[in-house]
Amino acid sequence: MRFPFKTSYEQDTRLFRDRIDASWYVLLAALVVLLPAVLPAYYVGETTWVFIYAITGVSLMVLVGYTGLVSLGHAAFLGIGAYAHAFFIEHGVPWVVSAAMAVTLATACGLVVGLPALRMTGIYLAIATLAFSVIIQEVFSRWESVTHGLSGMAVPKAHIFGVSFGGETAFYYLCLFFLVLALWLTRNLLRAPTGRAWIAIRDSEIAAQSMGVNLAIYKSIAFAYSAGLMGLAGVLFAHKIAFLAPDIFTILLSIQLLLLVIVGGLGSLHGAVFGAIFVALLPPVIAILRDSIPASFHDFSAASGLAPIGWFGDAIGNFLKKPGVEAGIFGVILVLVILLEPLGMYGRWVKIRIFFSTFPMYKRATFKRQRSYMKTERLR
Amino acid sequence: MTFFQADNISINFGGIRAVDGVSFQVTKGEVFTVIGPNGAGKTTIFNLVSRFYDPTEGRLVFEDNDITKVPSYRIAALGIARTFQNIELFEHATLLQNLLLARHAHKRSNFFSELLFLPSVRRLEVEHREAVEKVIDFLDLQQYRDSFIVNLPYGVRKVTELARALCTDPKLLLLDEPSSGLNVEETDDMAFWIQDIKNLLGITVLMVEHDMKLVSAVSDRVLALNYGRPLAMGTVQEVQAHPEVIRAYLGG
Ligand SMILES: Nc1ncnc2c1ncn2[C@@H]1O[C@H](COP(=O)(O)OP(=O)(O)OP(=O)(O)O)[C@@H](O)[C@H]1O
Ligand SMILES: [Mg+2]
Repeated sequence: MRFPFKTSYEQDTRLFRDRIDASWYVLLAALVVLLPAVLPAYYVGETTWVFIYAITGVSLMVLVGYTGLVSLGHAAFLGIGAYAHAFFIEHGVPWVVSAAMAVTLATACGLVVGLPALRMTGIYLAIATLAFSVIIQEVFSRWESVTHGLSGMAVPKAHIFGVSFGGETAFYYLCLFFLVLALWLTRNLLRAPTGRAWIAIRDSEIAAQSMGVNLAIYKSIAFAYSAGLMGLAGVLFAHKIAFLAPDIFTILLSIQLLLLVIVGGLGSLHGAVFGAIFVALLPPVIAILRDSIPASFHDFSAASGLAPIGWFGDAIGNFLKKPGVEAGIFGVILVLVILLEPLGMYGRWVKIRIFFSTFPMYKRATFKRQRSYMKTERLR
Repeated sequence: MTFFQADNISINFGGIRAVDGVSFQVTKGEVFTVIGPNGAGKTTIFNLVSRFYDPTEGRLVFEDNDITKVPSYRIAALGIARTFQNIELFEHATLLQNLLLARHAHKRSNFFSELLFLPSVRRLEVEHREAVEKVIDFLDLQQYRDSFIVNLPYGVRKVTELARALCTDPKLLLLDEPSSGLNVEETDDMAFWIQDIKNLLGITVLMVEHDMKLVSAVSDRVLALNYGRPLAMGTVQEVQAHPEVIRAYLGG
């Protein structure tokens, strides 16, 4: 186990815990930057999805994981960012201005939708945000002069200051840049009073209030900031998907985004990234398995002479080709995560890290919740 | 100057009159204790002072200002802090984060400087940290700094509540049953701390407490309540000897 030696309070306000932590992140950064050089273009494209989903993850993590407000309508903000950006680009607005306006619009919408959040919590808030997203989806399909309605809207490749970000690799770096920016800004807020106020609201509104937190203001900030990040993700999403249609931004997408942060682990930025890796890479992984499992099983059955193994491989392959399997697998994994690891993938990650850093002294009981005696038990 | 005054405050919950025409004054530098059987309305008085409830009648005055209409999130900045009877800590945060949040009323950074974590924000963070560390030293919480509240035993949580209230730099500290659920030694520690808070830090204390040993050890004056109505006020001995109070506790 490594204990950083602290010599000043300033150390606790730093981005990384110590040099060793920082160097791991440098290593990770180098890896991510060099990845497109070794990866085929198709996989570079899939990894770009990870970055875009991670931005949506950071957005929802702020709202759900840190402020404790549930939204079932965040796909609407993604859509607002995407459509607004596409619309501005179509009308010849320069990329940076267009993206900034799209993010601002999403932020403003978040502020407005956040207003009911000042009075509602839990399921009522979830329903209110759901209603909002249904309305917005209706707007997307009806406001044809802007969104081209049901016939959809083609989005050109990104051109920033005359430089084209149309290629998979260039767009990969663009998305990576915005993800790092989103993570950095959010981490800044989280280590400052605003982030602490969010956490306080999540854990006890009444105590937060009596410590001087104005609930209305900090809930609004959380909603607006989260919506703004969603808008940013929407800008990138629009380019990535290249064609916008109202039926992309449905409640199903909202739920998927919510599941992303739950699987990743509520209450940590790592969780947002882990969840994004999971959500973005599950479909390509299933696609790979769909083809490779029957093939490798056939090879094996040919080599060993056991025909049933080949049939078994075909069965798996056919099963994976059925519609809805992806959602099914997603659901099963989600249930397993909630049952076995309530802290999500991030919780598992922490355990694995501590296992290695304390090896061979690791005790299974390390993470058993210590029993704390409640008042009534102590008086017995 | 009136330091703190509750002037004939009352509150109704539906049919129940939980607090019924209670008046008292707290002078600067004293420990003023409210006692009374369960359901007497003690916590409700605290909730009125914290402005979680609006009194149906009456007035609250703090440092010559009428605070009857002040929103609850402004109370901390005025200099009134409180603890909760059923611990209300931020459970999924570290002890340090809990205490730093208590500095919120003294926050001077704005959203955009925090977004970029400008040097000014870092400097303010260190300032808050220094204030918090004084309280940590005062209450001997050093070893729990980075522990999450969910992993802390009950006694430590109780002290953390006190620490968090102190971190707001209060002039008036409301303690709701500081010793409930603590064992004998922990209660003794609490008594010493309350005395130190009064004598060393010069903070006025308004306390609700059932443990009469603690009450007599630290209180300057006591108010006894029953069914929301004041029964007696005076020194511990006077109030304990008051026939109405004896009747209320023995159930007459
Ligand atoms: N929000 C509320 N709504 C309705 N009734 C309430 C509310 N808060 C308190 N009461 C009632 O007011 C009365 C006084 O409650 P209070 O919590 O102030 O008692 P207390 O003196 O603190 O008791 P204890 O010693 O058990 O803490 C009780 O009858 C209680 O049921
Ligand atoms: Mg009470």
